[in-house]
Amino acid sequence: MQEQQEKLTNKPRRCRVLGPVAYEYTAANTGSWRLERPDVDFSACIKCGTCEKYCPTNVITIKKDQKKCVEIDFNYCKGCGICANECPKKCIKMVPERSEG
Amino acid sequence: MAYKMLDGNGAAVEAIKMAKVQVISAYPITPQSTIAEQLSDLVATGELKAQYVRVESEHTALSVATAAELTGVRAATATASQGLALMHEVAGMTSGCRVPIVMPVVNRGLAAPWTLWADHGDAMSERDTGWLQFYCQNVQEVFDLTVMAYRIAEDENVLTPAMVCMDGFFLSHSMQKIDIPDQEAIDEFIGPFVTKNSYLDPEDPMFVCNLTGPDDFTEMRYQQKVGFDNSIKVIEKVQKEFAQKFGRKLQIIEGYRTDDADVVLVALGSMCGTAKYVVNKLREQGKKVGLAKVTVFRPFPFRQLREVLGGKEVIGVFDRSAGLGGQGGPLWSETCAAIKDYNSDIRHYVGGLGGRDVSVRTIEKIYNELLEIKNGTRKEHTEWIDVKENAMDIRQVLKNA
Repeated sequence: MQEQQEKLTNKPRRCRVLGPVAYEYTAANTGSWRLERPDVDFSACIKCGTCEKYCPTNVITIKKDQKKCVEIDFNYCKGCGICANECPKKCIKMVPERSEG
Repeated sequence: MAYKMLDGNGAAVEAIKMAKVQVISAYPITPQSTIAEQLSDLVATGELKAQYVRVESEHTALSVATAAELTGVRAATATASQGLALMHEVAGMTSGCRVPIVMPVVNRGLAAPWTLWADHGDAMSERDTGWLQFYCQNVQEVFDLTVMAYRIAEDENVLTPAMVCMDGFFLSHSMQKIDIPDQEAIDEFIGPFVTKNSYLDPEDPMFVCNLTGPDDFTEMRYQQKVGFDNSIKVIEKVQKEFAQKFGRKLQIIEGYRTDDADVVLVALGSMCGTAKYVVNKLREQGKKVGLAKVTVFRPFPFRQLREVLGGKEVIGVFDRSAGLGGQGGPLWSETCAAIKDYNSDIRHYVGGLGGRDVSVRTIEKIYNELLEIKNGTRKEHTEWIDVKENAMDIRQVLKNA
């Protein structure tokens, strides 16, 4: 998950490094911890905002004037599934983030 | 080459000095204190061109040494007992970040009861922190194994820190005549420190030991496991090279008169010297006994041990740590796992705790028990071989009824 970003320095060769090393602190991006992602069926959504209220990380915004009316910041969504559980129309589905399931 | 009269701590200091470490951060603790003191003397007189960092605890001592080595210099520290326990948290950082520090550990029991004296409880508590562990039989081995440890730990296929364990007082404070090679020969053997992995450099900043999620943690541990797997070959290579260069042959597992032995004792550390003496003594009486001396405990050299113990009916394992709550001590568990498919009767012995001398009589008693088991004249063995009969009543206090 944590990518070794190449930096323009006097070390042009990409080297193997053992152990925990990174140029970017990507683990702060809590979205990288997610195992499942919420998938919203926009056609069934009634824009009630229940998911927005229950989201423990405050990453859901309801956009009443847009077709994709539920906006989720996947940089920080940990995939807890509370939105899917609370949705009165049951139009949020949790889908596996990784192929190995 | 020169001969010197040195104790175990002196031999460790000599090896650290000859490895030309550039940063030292050590906190004195009995029986390691003279390592910290002698290293600071060497820095004060200018004999060793290094920075000596006075720290407030062992936790900081290892933190400083680890971070210093990441900047691209060889760094040193040393500890014992409670100090090693305090280092525990950092020990995993050092090994996980693949910083190949070589650290003498002067074995002393862990409190309580408060003790200053030798047993392996301190080092055994750290056996799964990702460090190589070598156990010394005598003062010469303290020097030799410390020198070899630099080569092994810093090998690019190993990159794993190493503890060189010596029994407190029995080795750390016993003087022996030690063969010290010339500085040039040691320079040639160890070579200058070269950074082979991650590093700290303001010109090329990077995170070392960043938060690692479930996606990568297993792989990092696996990398360490591969380092340990690789280390066995490296140890063999380094021991061979050492023997060619300096004339002293050390083995991962030394089988001492085991070839035709009826019973074999597996042991660690300074007691192996006593055990060899007992083996010779009993051999004179026609008793076929042998010793398997374990020099390398981490990685546990199961293949080498299997070779030495092959076909032995009765095997004793002597743990100098209590292994509380386990079926046996750590050396016993490892031995059992190594030869699980052998049809051997493996007996577990605990002794030599908190500085109790593992005497000729103790080891003789073990060998005689093992021989009786082999002959079928004995069934039970005395697991706590040197415990006093009054163990449960040893302290009494006055109490109002």
